[in-house]
Amino acid sequence: MTPRRIINSALGKGLHIIAIADHNSAENTEVAVRTAQELGITVLPAMELTSQEEVHVLAIFDSTENTASVQEIVYNKLQDGYNDERNIGYQLVVNEVDEILAFNNKLLIGATSLPLGELVQSIHDFGGLAIASHIDRGNFSVISQLGFIPPDAAFDALEISYNMEWRDAAVQFSNYAAIPWITSSDAHNLTDIGRRTTKFLINEPSFDEIARAFKGEREIHW
Amino acid sequence: MLTVSAIAERLGLNVVVKGDVSRTVSGCYVSDLLSDVMAHSKDDNLWITLQTHPNIVAVAVIKGIAAVILTNGRSPEAETVRKAEAEKVTIMISADGTFELAGRLYAMTKDLQP
Repeated sequence: MTPRRIINSALGKGLHIIAIADHNSAENTEVAVRTAQELGITVLPAMELTSQEEVHVLAIFDSTENTASVQEIVYNKLQDGYNDERNIGYQLVVNEVDEILAFNNKLLIGATSLPLGELVQSIHDFGGLAIASHIDRGNFSVISQLGFIPPDAAFDALEISYNMEWRDAAVQFSNYAAIPWITSSDAHNLTDIGRRTTKFLINEPSFDEIARAFKGEREIHW
Repeated sequence: MLTVSAIAERLGLNVVVKGDVSRTVSGCYVSDLLSDVMAHSKDDNLWITLQTHPNIVAVAVIKGIAAVILTNGRSPEAETVRKAEAEKVTIMISADGTFELAGRLYAMTKDLQP
């Protein structure tokens, strides 16, 4: 799962725009965005963040600088401890040609001490989009952790996991029709990339166009 | 028959939001997944949790929870306190961990169960 391999796999699946989101970290995004420019695909720098309530939130940004700013906030609020590589796996930082630069030993699998509202605010403070992750899942979703989506949650979109069909989501989440829905692969390995995709009818594959789609100015289908 | 106030006193809980503490407690439910609490807690239960988000107040109201107890000395968020005051939901804090608090509560209440 290096940026170059991810991008090549996405190109092979015919995708035009992807977000690469490590858990609570973004140390590979700069290389990913640069490699994407070279290979002709759009990569949005992103992170999947964990709130104090253990709600997963996808944070997507317009620049690696803004991503890094939120990463710093998150690192300061990450729970103490070190990654157990035997059980969790290696947390690599790599370069453009897949060479390992460093091992990130932070406890990225853990939660931050940021309450959900503050977490979403931090994402917005740096121009990012906050998407509630896999809301249909029985763990680490805003609904599993908090029972329902708080009315003041300020999510830009909701993600339905690859496990659920649109027609089922339309029944189960009809209360949340006011917030745009997307679906995605949530790929944790190369094979799963593109197993689910969202179609955005946008003028170009860019952050700004995705943001416009979330505001209702562009169509979203899946 | 144990009331919320009697339990608060015997367990040395810090009452941060005082609702109707004369309510009689029917039992206890322990969970940090609010979806699970909505599915399985019962009327007039005490609810022990680590969650401090404002949604705990809504869940407590919907489920007729007698009082919420936060463990490990966790404090409710400011918005949680505001909502709890408006809804008259009792929120108490225990310095104990969840296991210890639930154990002490169980020892207190098991003789009262029918």
